[in-house]
Amino acid sequence: MANVSGAQDRAGRARKRSAYPGWFYLPAAIIYAALFLAPTFASLYFSLTRWTLFDSVFIGFDNFAQFFREPFLVQGLLNTLTYALISSGLKVVLGMALAIMLTSQIVARGYLRSVIFFPVLVSTVGVGITFTVLMHPTQGMINETLAMLGIAGPGWLVDPKLALISVALVDVWKGVGLATVIYIAGVVAIPKDYYEAARIDGATKWQNFLYVTLPLMRPATATVITLSFIGGLRTFDLIWAMTKGGPGFASDTIASVIYKQYQAGFYGLSTAGNVVLFILIAVLVVPLTMLLNRKQGHE
Amino acid sequence: MKQRAPLIGGIAAIAATFVVFVIPFLFIVLMAFKDRPQSALRDFSWPTGFHLWDNVVEVIQTRNWMMITAFINSTIITVVSVTLLVILAAMVGFILARRKTRWNPLIEFLILAGLMVPPAVVPTIWVLQGLKLFGTLHGMILIEVAYNLPFSIILYRAFIATIPKDMDEAAVIDGARPLDVFFRIILPMLWPVTVTNIVVQSVGIFNDFTNPLYYLPGNANATVQLTLFNFQSQFSTAYNLLFTNILLITIPPLIVFLFFNRQIVAGMTAGAVKG
Repeated sequence: MANVSGAQDRAGRARKRSAYPGWFYLPAAIIYAALFLAPTFASLYFSLTRWTLFDSVFIGFDNFAQFFREPFLVQGLLNTLTYALISSGLKVVLGMALAIMLTSQIVARGYLRSVIFFPVLVSTVGVGITFTVLMHPTQGMINETLAMLGIAGPGWLVDPKLALISVALVDVWKGVGLATVIYIAGVVAIPKDYYEAARIDGATKWQNFLYVTLPLMRPATATVITLSFIGGLRTFDLIWAMTKGGPGFASDTIASVIYKQYQAGFYGLSTAGNVVLFILIAVLVVPLTMLLNRKQGHE
Repeated sequence: MKQRAPLIGGIAAIAATFVVFVIPFLFIVLMAFKDRPQSALRDFSWPTGFHLWDNVVEVIQTRNWMMITAFINSTIITVVSVTLLVILAAMVGFILARRKTRWNPLIEFLILAGLMVPPAVVPTIWVLQGLKLFGTLHGMILIEVAYNLPFSIILYRAFIATIPKDMDEAAVIDGARPLDVFFRIILPMLWPVTVTNIVVQSVGIFNDFTNPLYYLPGNANATVQLTLFNFQSQFSTAYNLLFTNILLITIPPLIVFLFFNRQIVAGMTAGAVKG
């Protein structure tokens, strides 16, 4: 008995001394577990049921079978991939180019940084509506300007072949500022010595970029690719504001399909869509992150 | 030549960014100044009269002052969830950086999972209904906290690791209890990251469209992003009102931007490249 109470005493004193009590995790953990973890685990079960929110009947993999049987759902899957690749690819290339430009001795640097970053802060739906008006095939400002130059503008959002790409381009317009800021941080963090050494070796500007800047910006590139690729795979609000997945199903992504199934009351199918998106992200992003964050020799 | 190259490049860059970034914003502003017939043309013309005030009044009065309700709702959701996020994420980041146990890898895995895994929407609605929180502001606030915790925690943890442990140990020797250490010593020192967190999360939550669409149905609970969407269908031809609405809901982020422009960039870069 004495032993036990002694141990309790010691534990009590140790707890009193620790400035880092475990219960600090508790409030965050409860909210996170109840509203994120629990529904995520529940979704693995409900995706296997026919579900009305009150009642669920276990039907095995029928939802997934149906998901992959519907041609427009498979197209939604491909659209999601296309959208994520276009938007994150362009953000990497443009963000890097803009960051290099904005860290050089250029006039009006402050103005340029602000102007490029500002769309990041504006509501996605507002941006979507604005560009829907600007991209109107006959009355939109973009095509009217092109017409003045003698170019017949395409039907940005009404041409099934182009609609998804147009929305992805607007996504780039809105998000490139964030990529640029991350790259600016990457460029600024490169020690000047490397450029000195390169200059002594007689490197050209292009060689400077290829052999010094590009490899040393790898952490920034990893961040930009991961953020924008996940964002692209999950995109919903811009698609919904601009095309609602149309024309037809030409610009439907998994996220907009999930919403449509939810609206129609197919909760099991909607949840199965969620699980598909979840698996897609896990299969693509986890290896990608590991590849990007692989330690390099000299680090 | 060496002097002139940056100047020419700069002028080209200013021209290009003006066309690509500034003109769409000017377009929004000009449309908000027009009357209904002129806005229907959807062109880049100068407004024929000053109609901004009339448009603002009409947007605000539409649907029983729905815009006012929406602004109040969005403000409550944003302020309360950002406050909770800052305190709860800083607490987790603090313990996670300081106390090394065998649970740490699991906790870090759960945080990373939260950044990547898309929320399971319908099961979440089911949980919210069970808790009697579906369609309430309380529920919406807790959702925003749950979904944005991982990002806030990662920002905090990276920063707390740079604060020397001696600070908290000295406070403990002076007899401070954990809550005192955290609220009086640690939290004030985290101010630079807290600013980043406030800016990033408040803009994100204020501009959130998807989550209120799912978890906060009904006109009484409308948030500003949803009013925008209602306006679009109701006034498919009243472009002056639609763009006035866009302009109105852009004002809060604009204010945040003007106040914190420098800190946003500095804080974001501190967190983003490390994490």
